[in-house]
Amino acid sequence: MKTEVGFELNGIRVSAMVEPHDRLLDVVRDRLGNTGTKEGCSEGECGACTVIVDGRTVNSCLYPALEVEGKKVLTVEGLLSARNRLSPIQDAFVEMGGAQCGFCTPGMVMTTVALIERNAAPTDGEIRHALTGNLCRCTGYVQIVESIRRAAEKVREAEKEKGSP
Amino acid sequence: MTDFHWIGKDHKRPDGPDKVAGKTLYIHDLTRPGMVFGKIKFSAHAHARIVRIDTSKAEKLPGVLAVLTGYNSPEVRVGFMRDNVALKRGKVRQFRDEVAAVAAISPEIAEEAIELIDVEYEPLDAVFDPVEAMREGAPLVHEVDANGKPVKTNIMPLDYGHQSGDIEAARRASKFIAEGTYSVPRIQQSCMGTAGCIAEFDMNDNLTIWAKTQIPFLAQRDYNRALEEMGLSGKNARVIVPALGGGFGTGLDTHCYEFIAILLAHRTGRPVKILYDRFEEFAYLSPRQSATTRIVQGCDADGMLTFREIEVLQDNGAYASWGATYPTVMLLPATSLYRVPNIRFSAKIVYTNNTYCQAMRGYGNPEVTWALECNMDDLAAKAGIDAYEFRRRNSNVPGETTPMGLQVSTCGMVECLTTTRTRLGWDDKRGKNEHTPGQAPRKRRGVGMASLIHVGGSGRIYRSDASGLTMKLDDFGNVNVFYGGVEMGQGLHSSITLAVAESLGVLPDQVHINQTDTATCPWDVGTHASRGAFMACNAAILAARELRGKIFASCESIFPAEIKKNIEKLRRKDPTFTPPDIDIAAIAKKENFDLARGIITLRGLPNESWAQIDIGRFLRAIHFRPDGDMLAARAFYDPPSELPDWSRGRGNMSATYTYGVQGAEVEVDEDTGEVRILRMTCALDVGKVLNLQTLKGQVYGGLVQGVGYALYEEVKSEHGRILNPGFTDYKLPTAGEIDFPIDLDFIETADTFGPFGAKGVGEPGLVPTAPAIGNAVFDAIGVRIHDLPITPEKVLAALEARKS
Repeated sequence: MKTEVGFELNGIRVSAMVEPHDRLLDVVRDRLGNTGTKEGCSEGECGACTVIVDGRTVNSCLYPALEVEGKKVLTVEGLLSARNRLSPIQDAFVEMGGAQCGFCTPGMVMTTVALIERNAAPTDGEIRHALTGNLCRCTGYVQIVESIRRAAEKVREAEKEKGSP
Repeated sequence: MTDFHWIGKDHKRPDGPDKVAGKTLYIHDLTRPGMVFGKIKFSAHAHARIVRIDTSKAEKLPGVLAVLTGYNSPEVRVGFMRDNVALKRGKVRQFRDEVAAVAAISPEIAEEAIELIDVEYEPLDAVFDPVEAMREGAPLVHEVDANGKPVKTNIMPLDYGHQSGDIEAARRASKFIAEGTYSVPRIQQSCMGTAGCIAEFDMNDNLTIWAKTQIPFLAQRDYNRALEEMGLSGKNARVIVPALGGGFGTGLDTHCYEFIAILLAHRTGRPVKILYDRFEEFAYLSPRQSATTRIVQGCDADGMLTFREIEVLQDNGAYASWGATYPTVMLLPATSLYRVPNIRFSAKIVYTNNTYCQAMRGYGNPEVTWALECNMDDLAAKAGIDAYEFRRRNSNVPGETTPMGLQVSTCGMVECLTTTRTRLGWDDKRGKNEHTPGQAPRKRRGVGMASLIHVGGSGRIYRSDASGLTMKLDDFGNVNVFYGGVEMGQGLHSSITLAVAESLGVLPDQVHINQTDTATCPWDVGTHASRGAFMACNAAILAARELRGKIFASCESIFPAEIKKNIEKLRRKDPTFTPPDIDIAAIAKKENFDLARGIITLRGLPNESWAQIDIGRFLRAIHFRPDGDMLAARAFYDPPSELPDWSRGRGNMSATYTYGVQGAEVEVDEDTGEVRILRMTCALDVGKVLNLQTLKGQVYGGLVQGVGYALYEEVKSEHGRILNPGFTDYKLPTAGEIDFPIDLDFIETADTFGPFGAKGVGEPGLVPTAPAIGNAVFDAIGVRIHDLPITPEKVLAALEARKS
């Protein structure tokens, strides 16, 4: 039995016909072609599929597609500026070498977006705590933590610029 | 040392922006028009005869296009010993055996169809322990070899060994002797991107396969052989490598699932995608080999090593992958880590009904280094010599030829040892066995170190160890680079970009690395043995030299004419402009030109813009003239090394060798057995830093995999069935555990054979981590853990055993 769900994906109204067992991940990747979100484990352990629903990070591999009705979903594709530039957070990951194979990276970036939204100046301990749901096999996390520290700086700098006349 | 424009600095990776934007395409993201989905049915037994396979229900399921078994499809042999087939007939030898496969229009239908296949088995006695497998009368995993010849033993016919000097005499002459038996478990490579491929035939029966491989050209050879077995002799497999999502050795073999996708694609006439999920990756993609190592070493009264004896037993599992050949790399530490005059090394690799094992980063080296470096500490203690000092006395040195015949061009091991000593605060902390200040008295701290040797100039394990590279210039000054090796996250494309920019004389932004594709890229043996940057950059230097020669030869005629145009243009703007009185045609000889940062200059002309031309303009000038030309160059680099005689364990298998030392400071809770790392250090002789950012990434990442190996990771199995096939029960290090400082020190020895002096660094990060931690644990609490991982249970058991 397919049902139509409508929601906002990266600022655009979208809809898709979904089965009861479909996951948000399937809708975003397979139905709507946003393959930036990755599937790493299908059981909520690795965080590669992290997206933001109404301001909160969720594992889209566990999130029933039917429940996204009327909500706002942000994926890695939604972070680029209107002129297709990297956001300060993504830029920080490039600057500090936070991506290696890149498969966990979109999930790491989304976790960072949510972290910095609620904590503009996270300590290394807070960063590591926020990352415990995102596995990476390449980096040993060191340059990811450095990327997030730098990302927070960049966001604060951007806020300051915006705030000044 | 030469002054470089780009090499040795901190650069952003060229593949970084797409990765952080989610634009990089992995096999998971690729699709083809008309594509259908393959799914495999795996064995229900570790060892059983296949009595009957009933596929009728699956065939009738709407949406199913094909159901294949070993009985209705061509036999495609797999593995370098040809002891495996893509779809099994007769019997299954492990739970990961492929007994049937379907292609369907959706993954869900394929899954449902698999469930509808009914297989009747007659279970057989099985063997899961390599020691039991060697006993007379043990169930045979294979009754015949690939040629149908009967076999009488589970011991694989692979002969690796080494003997030099006189062990018995050296043993008698030794003042101190230490021995021990150490083991390492099977672990999962745990690529974040799971395995998968898409196979597609064109109407001429040629195959294109998008494969998650580290060996595109050896894979092409394997797939072409499969095409022959399918009756498609003379047809070709083109291998295209998407972004990998991690390799770590999983891409060194071609896999049954790839051959099954090929069989399904040919049967259905559709592109077929097979994508493993995480459970399948754990249960049905091979893990790292386990090994048990017995080691005996001796030294004289001065602490100089006198002899070393190492015996390794590997539980291979049911079929031979390249993982069975770990001893080729075990020989490195066994014969050549420290200077030891008398050495015996032997290895037995045994078939069992466990899942078969494959390659992983370090490839045999961490397995033996775990035993060897723990034993070094034990021997130092017996000799009453400080463990750092013991290592320093026996350290490898530049210029030596080791018992294996390794020719050591450069070696920074002593610097690595002294750096580790300083970084760890060794002299203040070692042997102090102190209580942690402010903590309950049963938390104790300790420090430990361990060294490594690894191939640093590729590792010759095949009849060619070469890598080709092509550079093609276009009308805009772009350098399009074609290299057959694989960027799997390690930063290969960054290294190639910098090497091309540096050696050709262009800007990194002008360098474009193309997707690895056997149809367009020159041959490469594979991205393994820490060889990617070493090989690609050496090939780039050779190709750039040729290309510069071509550019400068053409400049003799083109450059003066272009400069003349510059002068005329300037004069139109400024009639007073007078160029210096130089006969440009007379000095325009190829040896006088230079190309740097994309600008061609001529020695003898002033450093002014009118006297220079942009590479793009030069390329258009040479292209759009009568008898025009477009420039390209190629190189095929084969390093100066030799294919060892494996049964004697002799041969200089690499052009150069990488050395390093890691240090660990730990705190052990004697009540809970928990080991907490307080600091890790790594001093590594890298020859020369290429890109600091990616180099750090390789070493941090390797070291943290080493921490996982040391403390957490183990693929557990019972009667051949894997018990922890997922991240819930298989513990990978998370950012939460990696809460300690990691000090990296790169020692630059400017290697003779290394590109710009650089050595390979891909694997070393994880090689000595576990013994550095194990030695630190011993320093803290005085008990030796012999079997990885060092879990709280094992620490408590060892403390308990010491009491009684």
